[in-house]
Amino acid sequence: MSEKKTNRRDFLFTATYAVGAVGLGATVWPMIDQMNPDASVKALASTEVDVSSVTPGKTITVLWRGKPVFIRRRTQDEITDARSVKLEDLKDPQKDEDRAKDPEWLVMLGVCTHLGCVPLDQKGDYNGWFCPCHGSHYDTSGRIRKGPAPTNMEVPKYEFVNANTIKIG
Amino acid sequence: MSDQEYIPKSKFGKWFNDRLPLLTLASHLTDYPTPKNLNYWWTFGGILTFCLITQIVTGLTLAMHYIAHADMAFESVEHIMRDVNYGWLIRYIHANGASMFFLAVYIHIFRSLFYGSYKSPREIIWIIGIIIYLLMMAAAFMGYVLPWGQMSFWGATVITNLFSAIPLVGEGIVTWLWGGYSVDNPTLTRFFTLHYLIPFLILGLVVLHIWALHVPGNNNPIGIDVKKPSKDTVPFHPYIVIKDGFALLMFMIVFAFFVFYAPNILGHADNYIEADPLVTPAHIVPEWYLLPFYAILRSVPDKLLGVVAMLSAILILAALPWLDTSKIRSAVFRPLYKQFYWILVADVLILGYVGAMPAEGLYLLIARVATAYYFLHFLLILPILGLKEKTLPVPLSITEPILGGSPNLATAKNKEKLNN
Repeated sequence: MSEKKTNRRDFLFTATYAVGAVGLGATVWPMIDQMNPDASVKALASTEVDVSSVTPGKTITVLWRGKPVFIRRRTQDEITDARSVKLEDLKDPQKDEDRAKDPEWLVMLGVCTHLGCVPLDQKGDYNGWFCPCHGSHYDTSGRIRKGPAPTNMEVPKYEFVNANTIKIG
Repeated sequence: MSDQEYIPKSKFGKWFNDRLPLLTLASHLTDYPTPKNLNYWWTFGGILTFCLITQIVTGLTLAMHYIAHADMAFESVEHIMRDVNYGWLIRYIHANGASMFFLAVYIHIFRSLFYGSYKSPREIIWIIGIIIYLLMMAAAFMGYVLPWGQMSFWGATVITNLFSAIPLVGEGIVTWLWGGYSVDNPTLTRFFTLHYLIPFLILGLVVLHIWALHVPGNNNPIGIDVKKPSKDTVPFHPYIVIKDGFALLMFMIVFAFFVFYAPNILGHADNYIEADPLVTPAHIVPEWYLLPFYAILRSVPDKLLGVVAMLSAILILAALPWLDTSKIRSAVFRPLYKQFYWILVADVLILGYVGAMPAEGLYLLIARVATAYYFLHFLLILPILGLKEKTLPVPLSITEPILGGSPNLATAKNKEKLNN
């Protein structure tokens, strides 16, 4: 390498570029970040649902953060079905026990993990859900079994406030 | 750009032109030497300019009545249809205008593919064209969201979710695009803003597209370089202006047919149902002009790879000038390429058809074969064909085959003998 003396001018250039880059970043960032969810959207982060009227074999759909949430009270057959599946057969291996804390209640986002459509209840090859958009089949635990969706339907954070009320979020 | 120095006749004209050479530009545009053998496939540039202006003018007037809010958008569109004076007409022109725009752009692109207009020295014109095409798709997609019907909402959900296929940052990008946790009011307002912006970006790129065109001049049906100006060329005005004008008139008849006799035939009935985030329509389909790419997306069973395949199908076009290794531009002199060209046309039409059908059974199989062929055409057939194909002899000038009768083969050989 040839010996090149750095002088005052090189230092000034580098310092100017550095300060300029920081200034540019600080100006551009608010323009980008303004598109992220705002405070009013974030404020609607949780919702409480009365599930006293849901009998076994029934599903209700509630809106949470603009997205449908399925709350299904499963029958004994469905629970047995979901719990007897071998993990090797699953595209996105997850135990049913981890998805439904109380085996009777399955709470999950009713959003297909492929491209966001709402799957139909009690349809498809696994008697769970079927997405009409691009043909993804989910089982009675909401796990992906067949079709283009990459993962199981997402289980949101939720808890039983009391025996009849579920708080989502 | 200046072919010869232009001097305005009037004193004021000269004074003005010395300060801003607009008259020089006008003179360049009217005198612009154009190959005299351009056929009607070359009139779609002018038709596309007309489409862009139509969309901008009708779009501006619609924006005076439309309300970009999730609670009011659907109603405001119905208000335009029922209450606003001639609102129905303006909206139908705008909605069908999008389809007409794409019809014209597909003809324009396939004309380029047939006559090799993308080849050296016109690569930059071609690439600017592909960028315009991408922007058109973005504008059309966002415009389709604005009426806030069921197809608007679910189309927006499906397309924005494509970004979630990106590893690691995908989910964050989708939330950022939405401005929330689902497609909602923030999404609608930003789509309206961008839908308003994009046509003006396209307008700017059209200027560059034409500027880049005016450097080498038009390609022509026999695809040879022409000396300009010469006996092979005619001035743009009045020859091409009249020809373009006549073609535009024919095009407007088709346009008017859709606007007045079948204004909803290209749309989807579900979009007259207001958006409902709890119910997905049984069958989500994009507008007809996006169907081939939709078919490619669905034919790949993996989410990320499906998105990659769909994007590559469009971006591969930008590499076309280098994928096609043949030095001969026009398919007229490429007997094998001509056949592969028509197979590609059929392939894209088939993709469009299966894109509208449910993704299962035989349709899925056809979509997969057609997708594979699409990429095969660009990545394998074109590079090899350019090296192996035996092309026909090309005439030495445009005038030669016309004056010397049809057998260009004989005349070309004669010329060669004379030259040697």
